[in-house]
Amino acid sequence: MESQIISIITFLPLLGAAALLLHGIFWGSRGVEKARLDEQYRWITLFFTIATFAVSLATLGYFDQSQAGPQMVMRTPWITTLGVNYFVGIDGISIWLVILTTFIMPISVLASWRVTKRVREYMIFMLVLETGMLGVFVSLDMFLFYLFFEITLIPMYFLIGVWGGERRIYAAIKFFLYTVVGSLLMLVAIIALYFLNGATSFDIIEITANISSGRLTISHNVQLWLWLAFALAFCIKVPLWPLHTWLPDAHVEAPTAGSIILAGVLLKMGTYGLMRFNLPMFPEVSRDMAPVMMTLAVIGIIYGALVAMVQPDMKKLVAYSSVSHLGFVVLGIFAFTEQSLQGALYQMLNHGISTGALFYCVGVVYERRHTREIADYGGIATPMPGYSTVFLIVALSSLGLPLLNGFIGEFLILIGAFSSSVPYAKTFAVIGALGVILSAVYLLWMLQRVLFGEVQKEENAKLQDLDWREKAGLLPLVAMAIIMGVMPMLFLRATQPAVNAVKDAVETRIIRAAK
Amino acid sequence: MLKWITLAPLIGAIINGLLGKRLGERAVAIIACGSVGVSTVLAFTAFFTKLLPLPPDARRYTEHFFTWLSVGSFHADFAYLLDPLSGIYILFITGVGLLIHIYATGYMHGDPGFYRFFAYLNLFMFMMLTLVLADNLLLLFVGWEGVGLCSYLLIGYYIRKQEAGDAAKKAFIVNRIGDFGYMIAVFLTFTTFGTISFVAKDGVESIMTQAAAMPVEAFGAVGVLTGIALLFFVGATGKSAQIPLFVWLPDAMAGPTPVSALIHAATMVTAGVYLVVRCSAIFVKAPTALAVVAVIGAVTAILAATIGIAQNDIKKVLAYSTVSQLGYMFLACGVGAFTAAIFHVMTHAFFKALLFLGSGSVIHGMHEEQDIRKMGGLKKYMPITWATMAAGWLAICGIPLFSGFFSKDEILWRTFATESLPHGWGSVLWVVGALTALLTAFYMTRLMVMTFWGSERFGRSDAHHGHGDGHGGSHGKPHESPAVMWIPLAVLAVLSVVGGYVGVPPALSSLVGIHSENHFEHFLEPAIGTPDVVVHAAAGEVTATGQAAADSHASHDVGMERLFTGISIVIAFLGIGLGWVIFNRQPLKVMPRLLENKYYVDEFYGAAIVRPLVDVSRSFLWKIVDVKIIDGIVNGSAAAIAGLSGVLRHSQTGYARGYAAAILLGAIVVVGFFALR
Repeated sequence: MESQIISIITFLPLLGAAALLLHGIFWGSRGVEKARLDEQYRWITLFFTIATFAVSLATLGYFDQSQAGPQMVMRTPWITTLGVNYFVGIDGISIWLVILTTFIMPISVLASWRVTKRVREYMIFMLVLETGMLGVFVSLDMFLFYLFFEITLIPMYFLIGVWGGERRIYAAIKFFLYTVVGSLLMLVAIIALYFLNGATSFDIIEITANISSGRLTISHNVQLWLWLAFALAFCIKVPLWPLHTWLPDAHVEAPTAGSIILAGVLLKMGTYGLMRFNLPMFPEVSRDMAPVMMTLAVIGIIYGALVAMVQPDMKKLVAYSSVSHLGFVVLGIFAFTEQSLQGALYQMLNHGISTGALFYCVGVVYERRHTREIADYGGIATPMPGYSTVFLIVALSSLGLPLLNGFIGEFLILIGAFSSSVPYAKTFAVIGALGVILSAVYLLWMLQRVLFGEVQKEENAKLQDLDWREKAGLLPLVAMAIIMGVMPMLFLRATQPAVNAVKDAVETRIIRAAK
Repeated sequence: MLKWITLAPLIGAIINGLLGKRLGERAVAIIACGSVGVSTVLAFTAFFTKLLPLPPDARRYTEHFFTWLSVGSFHADFAYLLDPLSGIYILFITGVGLLIHIYATGYMHGDPGFYRFFAYLNLFMFMMLTLVLADNLLLLFVGWEGVGLCSYLLIGYYIRKQEAGDAAKKAFIVNRIGDFGYMIAVFLTFTTFGTISFVAKDGVESIMTQAAAMPVEAFGAVGVLTGIALLFFVGATGKSAQIPLFVWLPDAMAGPTPVSALIHAATMVTAGVYLVVRCSAIFVKAPTALAVVAVIGAVTAILAATIGIAQNDIKKVLAYSTVSQLGYMFLACGVGAFTAAIFHVMTHAFFKALLFLGSGSVIHGMHEEQDIRKMGGLKKYMPITWATMAAGWLAICGIPLFSGFFSKDEILWRTFATESLPHGWGSVLWVVGALTALLTAFYMTRLMVMTFWGSERFGRSDAHHGHGDGHGGSHGKPHESPAVMWIPLAVLAVLSVVGGYVGVPPALSSLVGIHSENHFEHFLEPAIGTPDVVVHAAAGEVTATGQAAADSHASHDVGMERLFTGISIVIAFLGIGLGWVIFNRQPLKVMPRLLENKYYVDEFYGAAIVRPLVDVSRSFLWKIVDVKIIDGIVNGSAAAIAGLSGVLRHSQTGYARGYAAAILLGAIVVVGFFALR
């Protein structure tokens, strides 16, 4: 069981997709009415996503918190002529991201309950997407990693392009082109790395070990190019300023669930990649480039927050806030201290919870009023008190209030960056901390205009408060925000050894290079 | 035991928050007051059974809850520290808090959000107690931000009132600016000391112990300790409403009056003072920071007092008064009189909570009227409110034997006699402080006279005073508040009178033949940094001779101290007299526009900071950088590629021989490249 569990988690959603397909073929031809059939698709999808989540929780039972290396691994030859293996497993860096993914998916399905257009196809794309995302986090073989990395593009492209808003085609193509450009360069880098390592294997663990032990030496120049290729692919995904402009469009046009998944999980593939590839494989270059990356990260924090502040569209506001929050993650990654790396990893999870929940909240009122303009609301705390409470807590978690999740991540990143030995790190930390002020500005300002005051518009006076389905989707997110804020060690203990391994990989190579 | 002091109100908050709607007003009130009652009993028990029995120099009682955050060498536990400083704080927080909870059950009676109000108020108690009991800077920050959150929720409690929401948002954001300073200070503390704890842990000494071993930084220089101290002070200016971040507090009066009393007068706003005193070991090594604290405190005190003269909203007068009194406390900190600062925190908690609750009683009795121009002669209708508020009034004015007299006089005397600032500063700051005292007596007398004495101005509901909201006198006569409201007033009135006797200085107690030291000071001293280590010689050079300084302090002429007390008394009576004469005759005297409009500070911030920031973000960063430049490049290159592929399409001729030729050509180039290399 232990060696199969990762594969089960990864492919269970795909099995669900197959089930939907068969169900549709079988029952769809029997003249069952569409509404009933759609309802069945929703429940089947919900069942598979919850089952996946349940199985993924079981990994916690097998996981040894004291180990740095991958666990629950499964390794079988796949394309023997090229040395490609089906090699999966999880370590401290990926375990929570896997669980985050399986946790976010049922919530996204609940958020999609009112989708009526081509429900079966929609749900199939959702499930395929889940398999793709999980595959990215569990792959320990570069070839496999790349495959999954690319697979996620396709369902997301269709989710935006078919089920999106008015400018969905533009947004979908922009999303696709931006990310494809990045990942093609990454493919080149992967192939180059494969040949440099003797053209025998795509094994990430092996290649990383070879590099850090000095068995595989790559000239500094080549390293730089490889680093850049990986970094570009990942930074587009993050997205790091100034590569972020696909994100607001994609978010605004995507259906609610699309935004939740995009913010909740897809963006983390970028920051995860930086931690998995750039840092351990090219420590010297990472170190050299750290001031540049931190500069871009800090610009992103401030710039994203300022632009978020002036958005008239709620979804765009949240999208730009993502740019700001992910800036924190990149800042933490390139500060190379234990606190900052732990904080970065934690912030990835936080952002998934908080921003996912923010998009959910926007989606709730969008379903009722079909507008995302802040100016179309005002005073809706009066008809929707329950919703307002949830929205408030979610916003507070996003702006980093202590005892909620966001604070832990931001604080660790900033204190880690402040004590980092990277040049100008203190300055970056101080500027980054300014983002903490700005996040309060844009979020509270939005809340003020949407929730409080007298109801200004007739249409808003009789809005329905949250129904059971929305509560079922939002309350787990709120609960996680509180749990992660009050008991962070529950999560951080598991990530510690793996994070330290990354940190050590950077440090030891630097020390050796210095000699 | 310590954890239950804080957890009791948290449990109350959770129960009322989740179930309060169904429980009904009575049950909610019982749960809210009961939980704070439990907390109060436990706080007193802990103070008298756990803390006092310990030997004076070792009064530190700790409780470890759980490890909150531990990454690498960074540790922040959920752990509490009870020492004389936090001990005094928990006593008056729970005591005053309980009284205000009881009062609020009457004040908020019939409000549809009754349960929500008490859930927030209980949550506030948890956060405030966590703030003062925290054994490290990060847990302190939890309380610090937590009280800020509750303040936000309670200022904006009337969710349909636009100005309440705006005020709440403003309070939170302005506080966040201060929090930025706090955060950086924590980073710097961590990198300097390797810990952020107030107690020794895992073989690492506490911040205080380490700071005490470090040399005093030169005056005028900004070393690391000065940096830490100044950054913490930035945080304090936010929470405790000092220049330049004081602007949120007057607006915060949009919240219900019990909130103003509890959060925006008695407890939360003194958190900044608490922070400075808690970190006094650092401040005493940073004379520059001390000087900044003293000057900001003094300037805030006098500035706010002048504004207070010209306000017509009863709560606004008290709000500026609070800002001004907080200025006194920082002045005390800045001159090294940390115990005097805490003494004033405590007496202020009594008399200012009393004054606010009294104003709430007035507002209640006047059917939500807050404009003192529309009051007058209320003494007759509300005798208890009048009598109790009068006690608060005399206390804040500094009339002898009332609590405020002892604490304010202590601050003024210590300011004059300070040895931790360069020569001459003390006298100047004393003049500012004394002037503020005069102004305080003056505007408080104005408030009292316009409210309780003179002709009744509430009958005529003419809109000629500006904001006539139409229901001035339409609800009938003013009435006294119910017992549930006046009993807390009475208790606070007693405390405002006698609360000062715990800290009578020897120079005064000896007058009546009692020869004892200042109990309050003596009790608190072990918990704070010794201020008299720093002695500024005339030339500005620093001599660190603790005992010698203490001796010289003691040898200061007792007569001198008595003389200054006399001056203080004269000032208090003078201020009251002036106020009485002017406003009894002319209650509606027009005040200077500049003061009435609060020196236009809000307008200035709006024009100088808020508006430019929003404009630049919208018209430059978003509309130009994002849309035009970055997206322009992206779309441009996409168009270029489309154009290029249009050209390249012509190579797709479909003729096999053409492709073959191209492949051959390519092969030759590649082979040639390797052959010739």
